[in-house]
Amino acid sequence: MSGVRLLVGTHKGAFVLKSDGKRERWEVSGPHFAGWEIYHLKASPVDPNRIYASQSNGWFGQVVQRSDDGGTTWEPVDNKFTYAGVPGTHTWYDGTPHPWDFKRVWHFEPSLDDPDTVYAGVEDAALFRTSDGGRSWEELSGLREHNTGPRWQPGAGGLCLHTIILDPSDAKRMFIAISAAGAFRTNDGGTSWKPINKGLNSEYLPDPTAEIGHCVHHVAMHPSRPGVLFMQKHWDVMRSDDAGESWHEVSGNLPSDFGFVVDIHAHEPETIYVVPIKSDSEHVPPDGKLRVFRSRSGGNEWEPLTKGLPQENCYVNVLRDAMAIDSLEKCGIYFGTTGGQVYASADDGDSWKAIVHDLPAVFSVEVQTLP
Amino acid sequence: MIRVVMPAHLRTLARISGEVTLEVSGAVTQRSVLDALEERYPVLRGTIRDHATKQRRPFIRFFACEEDRSLDPPDEPLPAAVVSGKEPFLVVGAIAGG
Repeated sequence: MSGVRLLVGTHKGAFVLKSDGKRERWEVSGPHFAGWEIYHLKASPVDPNRIYASQSNGWFGQVVQRSDDGGTTWEPVDNKFTYAGVPGTHTWYDGTPHPWDFKRVWHFEPSLDDPDTVYAGVEDAALFRTSDGGRSWEELSGLREHNTGPRWQPGAGGLCLHTIILDPSDAKRMFIAISAAGAFRTNDGGTSWKPINKGLNSEYLPDPTAEIGHCVHHVAMHPSRPGVLFMQKHWDVMRSDDAGESWHEVSGNLPSDFGFVVDIHAHEPETIYVVPIKSDSEHVPPDGKLRVFRSRSGGNEWEPLTKGLPQENCYVNVLRDAMAIDSLEKCGIYFGTTGGQVYASADDGDSWKAIVHDLPAVFSVEVQTLP
Repeated sequence: MIRVVMPAHLRTLARISGEVTLEVSGAVTQRSVLDALEERYPVLRGTIRDHATKQRRPFIRFFACEEDRSLDPPDEPLPAAVVSGKEPFLVVGAIAGG
C-alpha cells in the first residue's frame, strides 16, 4: 500500500510524520536538530529518500543537513553561501543602501531529475545551486545582479527568496519570488531574469503597479500546466495564464485576501486552496475561525472548508511554505500553524483532523507520496 | 594540549560530548585555536566565525580565565593557563536575560 511522509520544519526542530495511504494513523519522529529553526525540508522527486533540510539560528548561523534514508539519519553538508563577485547593496527599510548579507536558507527546491542538484532560496535574496548533493553551493548571480537588485527592499520577514518553481516542461525555465521584490522568471536556466509583476497592484507602494517591490507571499504551479500560476500576495490572490507575463485578481468572495499559502489540487489544476488571514497587522484568521478556502474554478468563487477545523477562538497563522498536497486519490492536503498543529485532510479538504497538536510553531510542511 | 568548551548545540552538531582537546602548533591564539577546532570538526565552519572574513559571529563570545576575550585581536596570545591546559578556552553563545 502506498503511503505518505510529511516533512515539517518548526521553530525548534524538524519532524517527520508517516502514514499509510489511509492517512488515519501517523507515526511521528523528531525533533531532529532540536532547538534549531528549520525553515524548510524537501525531498528529491527522483530519490524519495534524499532529503535536504535548512537548519539555522541566530547564534550559529546556517547548517544544511542531508538525509539519504528518508529522514532517519542526517549528515551535515556544506553551509558556505558566498555571493558571487562584489555584492554591492540593496535598499534597506529606510530607503538607504544596505550591503547584501547572507542570513539563512528559506527554501530548497530539488531538481526534477537529479537528486544531487538542488536550488536554494536565501535571505538576503539570492538563488544558489548545488550539483554535488550539497557539498558545495554556487550562486546563480544573474538574479541578484538584475538591474533592479539595488532597489529591492525587505518585507517584514526579511529580504527572502522563498519560492522556487521548476518548470517540468522546460528545464531552463523557472520562477522565483522574493519578499518584497516580487516574482521573476528565467528562460535560460538562471542566467538572466525578468520581473513578472504586471497586473499586481500594491497600494502600499508609491507606485502601486511598479515593476518590482510587490510583497509576493507564495506562488504555486500545477505541473500539468506550467504556464498557469497562482499567487498569494501580501493582499490579493492572483492568477496568471501566461507564465507570469500578466496577472489578474481572483480573490473573489474570500473573507480576506491577505494570506500566505496557496496550493493546487494534485489532480484538478483548477482547484486551489488558500487560508485567509485577517490583515497585514493581524496575522490571525478572520473572526477567530480557521478556514481553508477552496476554489474549483481557478479562483473568484471560493467555498470555506471548516469541518474539523477550530471555528472559534483560533488565532494562529499559516506561513507561506506550510501547506502541501499529496497525489493520492483522493488527494491529501496538509498545513501547519504557528500554534504547532498540523492539520490533514484525506478527502480533498472536505474534512480535517489535527494529526499533531503541540509542535513548535510550524514554518513549513512538505509531503511525499510514497510507493 | 588546549582545552575547548563549546555550547551544547555545537557539541551536538560536531557529535562530541564534553570538552575538546586540541594540539595547536605555533602561537596559541584565538585564531590558531579556532583554526585547529575547525580542522578537526569541519562542520563547525561558519558556526563560530564567518566563512570568509573569519570574524566572530555576533552572538558568540570567547572567554578564558574568567575574562571576556571576545574583542581581543584574534592573533593575540591566549593566557598561559590556556596554553598549558590548566584553563579551557570557552566558546559561549550569548544569553539574553528577561
